[in-house]
Amino acid sequence: MSNNEHILKRMLKEESAGFDRKTIDYIQNAAAHGLYEIRGLGAKRALPGFDDLLLLGASLSRYPLEGYREKCVTKTLLGTRFAKKPIELEIPITFAGMSFGALSANVKESLGRAATELGTSTTTGDGGMTQEERQSSKTLVYQCLPSRYGFNPDDVRKANAIELVIGQGAKPGGGGMLLGQKVSPRVAKMRTLPAGIDQRSASRHPDWTGPDDLVIKIQELREMTDWETPIYVKVGATRTFHDVKLAVHAGADVIVVDGMQGGTAATQTCFIEHVGIPTLAALRQAVDALEDLNMKGTVQLIVSGGIRSGADVAKALAMGADAVAIGQGVLIALGCNSDSYVLDGIHHDATEDYAKLGTAAGFCHNCHTGKCPVGVTTQDPILSQRLHPDIGAKRLKNYFKTVNMELTTIARACGKQNVHHLEREDLVALTIEAAAMARVPLAGTDWIPGYSKF
Amino acid sequence: MENLTFDLAERSLRDLNQFLHKEANGKGIKQVTVNNPDGAHNIAVGLNEAISVNVHGHAGYYAAGMLKSGTVTIFGNAGTGVAENMMSGKVHVKGFASVSAGASAHGGLLVIDGDASLRCGISLKGADIVVGGSVGSFSGFMAQAGRMVICGNTGDALGDSLYEAVIYVRGNIKSLGADAQLEPMKDSDYQEVGELLDKAGLPHDPKDFKRVASARKLYHWNADANQEY
Repeated sequence: MSNNEHILKRMLKEESAGFDRKTIDYIQNAAAHGLYEIRGLGAKRALPGFDDLLLLGASLSRYPLEGYREKCVTKTLLGTRFAKKPIELEIPITFAGMSFGALSANVKESLGRAATELGTSTTTGDGGMTQEERQSSKTLVYQCLPSRYGFNPDDVRKANAIELVIGQGAKPGGGGMLLGQKVSPRVAKMRTLPAGIDQRSASRHPDWTGPDDLVIKIQELREMTDWETPIYVKVGATRTFHDVKLAVHAGADVIVVDGMQGGTAATQTCFIEHVGIPTLAALRQAVDALEDLNMKGTVQLIVSGGIRSGADVAKALAMGADAVAIGQGVLIALGCNSDSYVLDGIHHDATEDYAKLGTAAGFCHNCHTGKCPVGVTTQDPILSQRLHPDIGAKRLKNYFKTVNMELTTIARACGKQNVHHLEREDLVALTIEAAAMARVPLAGTDWIPGYSKF
Repeated sequence: MENLTFDLAERSLRDLNQFLHKEANGKGIKQVTVNNPDGAHNIAVGLNEAISVNVHGHAGYYAAGMLKSGTVTIFGNAGTGVAENMMSGKVHVKGFASVSAGASAHGGLLVIDGDASLRCGISLKGADIVVGGSVGSFSGFMAQAGRMVICGNTGDALGDSLYEAVIYVRGNIKSLGADAQLEPMKDSDYQEVGELLDKAGLPHDPKDFKRVASARKLYHWNADANQEY
């Protein structure tokens, strides 16, 4: 091979950093169609996250608890500030709000059944409360979203907590778009829309516009429920320090902070990848706000957005969260991005179905199309049968049990007999970015960038 | 005892709402009079009893919010979000209403004798709204189902992003919102407007009204619609 041929070969393989294949695809698609991409799931880019933190297990200066002998408490109380009936959970791990419409009825039933068996809560999502979901869930959080699809006082009265959703981590400031292919007759009826049309969701609530109004809106929900039901306020992570302070002032019992690694059923990619801040940074800001107001422990904090494992949960609790909510991990536990599904007890290969969508198991983000090959994010009567509620509930139970076992194992290794005793002192950071965002020292040093001197 | 009076100068709003939710039913109450509301927020929210609540004075935010059953009459003005998410029953504001009147209401009838401010009937989901006066901008925004009868004029962007709700207007329309269009009145429209005017106790001739409904061009994703979404 001549020298010129060598150079030509190297040039042919050299990808541009600024215009890599992904960017080239984006520009060429935009030029061809004049449309931005709408997709499901969460951010795909690498973001600072819980993997960039480490927990300090006990050694000589701390002593650990016996992993298999000594108990570690996981009970979690939420909504103790004003509500007469706070939420009592067996584990600090909850199911995040995901709507019937985005998800199939079988999935919603799986969520309710698993939550009840695990002693935790599940959450309705946009589109209202289904009867199956209420019946299968011992503790159900009912979301009040800007769209108010399916929102009604009968269901408010049946709820164990009300979550006033202001924003979502995958798209803070943005509304929603459930494409027509997922608006089945039942979904349409619940949302008071014609079947088969694209359902747009507003980006802000129809009857209040700012924090002063929010105070009165929360009071309305309290009056409506005779001050019995806890009121959660959920914000998408952006200016989290200020948003959490305002939510506390408005009277929230519980604040849910959803970071940008959080998933969505269908949103513009530019939103998912470029709007909001990572969960790690948001969590620290939220805890700062609560501590600044001396409300830590009085107003509980749930964090969500890319929580996957017991290690993630342990780190979130150590940073100051009272509980976590999991959405995308739940979908994956149900079979999202799996190469097969189980129907009538037999494993079926889903490769062809993924190929029809132009994707493959492990890479799929086609929740918005309603053609989920494994029956999770669909309203199609045939596809939705690919996930039976029995199997779904069992898989979710297994997943959460595993996460909880990991959490307690780590907590005991850190010397804690209660997972809520994990603290920031138990954490160090692997990277300067994570150290600065989480405000914990870089591993092996006492340096917190921007906070303490090296 | 069929009638009961609550004086909000002497008793708390919590007392009133608790009575309406938990005690009114067992005591055979048919009418509750609320005096001295003084702009209190959340009067009679979540009412679920077949009784009449008469509020003598001005009400604050969310009066009769999430009404499920019964009648609430406000002999004064109403603040933001009066009758928001109402399911059935009737709310009658004898004065003026502030922003977002009848927001996302599913059923029942909201009557406003005076004017209503911005975003009246926003995200309407099936209720009927009759406004004796005029309405502000973006009224009927994203209204999905139900009917609005506006006897006066409208502000900008009437019926922006309408779904299947229908708006009838007697006065001038400053401008229509995205995807809203004027349509010819049919016999059934005249009949519906007439019935709603009767229920509201307003004397107008249905023949003076225009019909505004969705052009349904935004029902499916359309890249060329650009800022109209």
